Amino acid sequence: MTAVDEPPVAPAPDERPIGFGRMKRKEDPRFVRGKGRYVDDIHLPGMLHGAVLRSPFAHARIVSIDTSAAEAHPKVKAVITGETLAGLGLAWMPTLSMDTQAVLATDKVRFQGQEVAFVVAEDHYAARDAIELIDVEYEPLDPVVNARHALGPGAPVIRDDLEGRTDNHIFDWEAGDSAATDEVFARADVVVEQTMLYPRVHPAPLETCGAVASMDPVDGKLTLYSTTQAPHAHRTLYAMVAGIPEHKIRVVSPDIGGGFGNKVGIYPGYVCAVVGSIVTGRPVKWMEDRSENLMSTSFARDYHMTGEIAATRDGKILAVRVKVLADHGAFNSTAQPTKYPAGFFHIFTGSYDIEAAHCSVTGVYTNKAPGGVAYACSFRVTEAVYLIERMVDCLAAELDADPAELRMRNLLRPEQFPYENKTGWTYDSGDYPACLRKALDLAGYEELRKEQSEKRARGELMGIGLSFFTETVGAGPRKHMDILGLGMADGCELRVHPTGKAVVRLSVQTQGQGHETTFAQIVAEELGIPPEDIDVVHGDTDQTPFGLGTYGSRSTPVSGAAAAVVARKVRDKARIIAGAMLEVSPDDLEWTKGRWSVAGDPAITKTIQEIALAAHGSLELPDGVEGHLEATTVYNPPNLTYPFGAYVCVVDVDSGTGTVKVRRFIAVDDCGTRINPMIIEGQVHGGLADGVGMALMELISFDEDGNCLSGSFMDYLLPTALEVPAWELDHTVTPSPHHPIGAKGIGESATVGSPPAVVNAVLDAIGVRHADMPLTPSRVWQALHRGEVEAPQ
Amino acid sequence: MRITVNVNGDDHTREVEPRHLLVRFLRDDLELTGTHWGCDTSNCGTCVVLMDGEPVKSCTVLAVMAAGHEIRTVEDLADGDQLDPVQQGFIEQHGLQCGFCTPGMMLTGRALLDRNPDPSEQEIREAISGQLCRCTGYLNIVKSIQWAARNRAEADGVTETAGSQT
Amino acid sequence: MQVPASFDYQRAESVDEALELLRRYGEEARVVAGGHSLLPMMKLRLAAPEVLVDINDLHELDHIVLVGDELRVGALTRHRTLLESELVGRYFPIVHDAEKVIADPPVRNRGTIGGSLCQADPSEDLSAVCGALHAHAVIRGAGGERIVSMADFHQGPYETAVGVGEMLTEVRLPVLPGAGSAYEKVERKAGDWAVAAAGVALTLREGRIADAGVGLAAVGAGALNLHAVQTLLNGSEPSEALYEEAGRVASDSCSPVTDGRGSAEYKRHLAGELTRRALRRAVARAGRPIGSTAREA
Repeated sequence: MTAVDEPPVAPAPDERPIGFGRMKRKEDPRFVRGKGRYVDDIHLPGMLHGAVLRSPFAHARIVSIDTSAAEAHPKVKAVITGETLAGLGLAWMPTLSMDTQAVLATDKVRFQGQEVAFVVAEDHYAARDAIELIDVEYEPLDPVVNARHALGPGAPVIRDDLEGRTDNHIFDWEAGDSAATDEVFARADVVVEQTMLYPRVHPAPLETCGAVASMDPVDGKLTLYSTTQAPHAHRTLYAMVAGIPEHKIRVVSPDIGGGFGNKVGIYPGYVCAVVGSIVTGRPVKWMEDRSENLMSTSFARDYHMTGEIAATRDGKILAVRVKVLADHGAFNSTAQPTKYPAGFFHIFTGSYDIEAAHCSVTGVYTNKAPGGVAYACSFRVTEAVYLIERMVDCLAAELDADPAELRMRNLLRPEQFPYENKTGWTYDSGDYPACLRKALDLAGYEELRKEQSEKRARGELMGIGLSFFTETVGAGPRKHMDILGLGMADGCELRVHPTGKAVVRLSVQTQGQGHETTFAQIVAEELGIPPEDIDVVHGDTDQTPFGLGTYGSRSTPVSGAAAAVVARKVRDKARIIAGAMLEVSPDDLEWTKGRWSVAGDPAITKTIQEIALAAHGSLELPDGVEGHLEATTVYNPPNLTYPFGAYVCVVDVDSGTGTVKVRRFIAVDDCGTRINPMIIEGQVHGGLADGVGMALMELISFDEDGNCLSGSFMDYLLPTALEVPAWELDHTVTPSPHHPIGAKGIGESATVGSPPAVVNAVLDAIGVRHADMPLTPSRVWQALHRGEVEAPQ
Repeated sequence: MRITVNVNGDDHTREVEPRHLLVRFLRDDLELTGTHWGCDTSNCGTCVVLMDGEPVKSCTVLAVMAAGHEIRTVEDLADGDQLDPVQQGFIEQHGLQCGFCTPGMMLTGRALLDRNPDPSEQEIREAISGQLCRCTGYLNIVKSIQWAARNRAEADGVTETAGSQT
Repeated sequence: MQVPASFDYQRAESVDEALELLRRYGEEARVVAGGHSLLPMMKLRLAAPEVLVDINDLHELDHIVLVGDELRVGALTRHRTLLESELVGRYFPIVHDAEKVIADPPVRNRGTIGGSLCQADPSEDLSAVCGALHAHAVIRGAGGERIVSMADFHQGPYETAVGVGEMLTEVRLPVLPGAGSAYEKVERKAGDWAVAAAGVALTLREGRIADAGVGLAAVGAGALNLHAVQTLLNGSEPSEALYEEAGRVASDSCSPVTDGRGSAEYKRHLAGELTRRALRRAVARAGRPIGSTAREA
């Protein structure tokens, strides 16, 4: 490879930061020893094993289900069907988008891989054997596979279970000012239109989804270990669905082998495991296999977009207009705040200073797996960024302008912040031109263009692709944002023990983001207690305060703020106690990290550890001040945060075979205040690999009968170490003005920002205005030699 | 069938069905849950263990086929409290996030370094190319194995220091 | 996770015992070596043999030896062994080209040449390689050994000349003076099956191509020995015009289908493009002293 042969070794994690800084992860010692505890590692006494029988058809009426042979299997303890569940009122469950979804199909199946029956047996092998013994008679129906045909005349109605439903329409939604946008378009020198598909992809965490349900038949308490990114929200939903009192449900999310939005929703398998435990009186484990994961759980994207961009002849972008057809699959189960059926697609205006914008989105049902919001998309920001960053490149091609110069000319300027975009969202802070300049300098943009033209003269194809993205994350202000009525504010509890060690309890749940380290660092920064002295507790509803969970890059913007706020509450209380200890007014004390001292006389001081001991001791406290040193808070964010970044991708394309080699990838991110740069870089690396995967190879595809053609890792391709380069990273820092520590979140930036950079690079290399992802060798060759390539199915 | 498999230096004798997969034998029968599984088609490499010293995908080896062979899992990498340099490298260079692919990646790294103490970046990338990671984008895994290669001489002095200074 | 249906397992301790077991169980028995094709099929319950005959202990089938003008490779030889064999690299660089891109390192540690050839997957690489090399397969059964050419061995997708009660024991590769060979493959990512691939083997005699073999993978049946291309090449002087024509004939000689790996049109193009590329490299290698290919970039 032509990239750096010996990648630069990252600076060693810092020397013991008490607060922010590079620091090795507290969670790593157990993982490197193989002592992580994932759901499938849990073994309870007497535990049984479940397996799901799934539909082989995309659309079919269920004529009959014969479970007798399965029930006769000597190791089978229970066979559960939709009929069983209907008797318990559990055949259908609410989705996160206020729709309903079949737990086990009763009337008909609506996608290939849909859950039809559940077997509970003594071991995993017997459960898998027994599902083969269930005989289901189906009457196949015509499927709706292509979203573009979903609303056509004569399209089969998928959701005839919904009263009065006569078509496959789910919702229409719009944002921006239609009339104002039309007016700007009417007077623009240049209008470019481009239709594009952000294809169906899948988060595919390496650990599949699963659960161990244990209903204690004596005290009626359900303990559910499950692969969930949102344990508290799940507990409330189980209470609502199953009628189990909420205090009798404990949801434990142990170590999670990657989530990426795949583990936000509640899947039928979880509910079946619960029912299996209730029916048998024993714990039941259900872990889906890889095919089940790819074919039935939350996919991402499937956005058919037509964008238009209006500009002056000299390259001033004036307006953007978008129409979207959104394929939500057979049930509308997308996870996003209730008021936002297209997530935060509003941010399709991107990072540019424009006069007007409008978009409209229509959601439809198809006979495909449900979902749509997943895979580190920040609630559809991924789709929005792809749209605008492709449109800007299309405009550059139309104007014969340099894509970097065109972006630089139109970027928002620092003095415009806070900036209200044309769909009504307020960007908090940023210095966009500085970020783009840094990325171009790091890439050596001018030299790359020179190299490209030299190569072109020799007939070699090299491409340089850019993207500049603005994210909107950290949902969100509870006045505007809830999921199924649950406001998106996060609780946090902090307790300092008598000896000065501490425990902080979070509502959010790590899936690899390093919460056990970064949240300890946030508290350390605020209180001066070393991170190694702070235990971070998360992922257990019995042990932690309520909150909505980890997705949409919300952990740092929301719970990170909560951790800072709760630590400041403790600090304030420590001030009062220190005043009592030193017999001075708290007003005369000043804080330096880890201690309160008398202003002007720093020798008279009490450390946080001394204060903690006194708080638990016999020291007489002022009236109204309780003992001990602890606090709780609920953080309701005043606004979303807006991380941003500039990415440059360099590719080489083999014109004879269409194969693409990503030679370099330069990423300059701004996530505001940086808590642990090592972890931030790791988050960016992973997201960049996602972007290469989506741009070049990932696709969930279907044949015309609705059969899923991507049901294993043989066909759903993910990049290996050989398809990705040695990432080149840098950053700028523009703190968020409304966040207690100025942090904006980084979890999804790179997944959001990188796909357009890769696609722009490939298209730059082959000189074609647009081709849909994934840019496989075949599709690249087709585009190169035929000028276009049809959208993937 | 009654089989004896040597796992991490000890012989383990169990009665198993012929269809029992090695990964399940390790996880279910021996309770060595550090070996994970992530697909069914030998694509993801999450289940990699060493068989007679070489990486294999234990979801695609029958336990009965492993009888009479030596299996090494992640649980055997450390010598008591002393981590293998590869384990330490993964901590030092942030080579893991969710930790799911990590055991297999580390074992492949160990096997590579046993044969080639000073591999190039490309050789490391090729060695781990049968194993997927969804979190790290691979660069820090490469660096972790490079760290282990550089620190092999000091291996005797490596002690665990995660969560604190180097 | 997916698990296979129940079956019986027999571990053979000799080739004769393996043959006896295969005879005894007939159609219901399958040989397992690396297992990386068979076990996933069994987990998906697309294959459900009643008996697996494990031949991993048959060390006499794990060999690479030069006998006269043949390199004899035992059926149980692992991909990794082939890739690391200096002898294989010296005489058959095409095998090293292919082995570098067959599956991935842990799979290559288990998978065998015999397993690859007997699986006869239409996208499998070694069948095309052995086709190009005009290799022969040694099949042993109750009645003793028979030797068949690759063209006869490979009878179609997932079908070979190995009958019930028989097994492949050895692959024989002819060592020719002045030989050069190369393999070119396009895959969507490392470890993927071929979108298309081409293997070329030839010798140069007094500046002219002889003993040409051209085999394609993943572009339809009957492409393991492209007679039309071979006929074109034999006796011709190497030139870009010749490669161009050979590529065109290769494209015309295959029958690819559109699937997730690519369109039929693209694969047909690749058949030609990769044939041209492999030809160029094979000729270049033939022009060098034996063993010098290791220094190639």
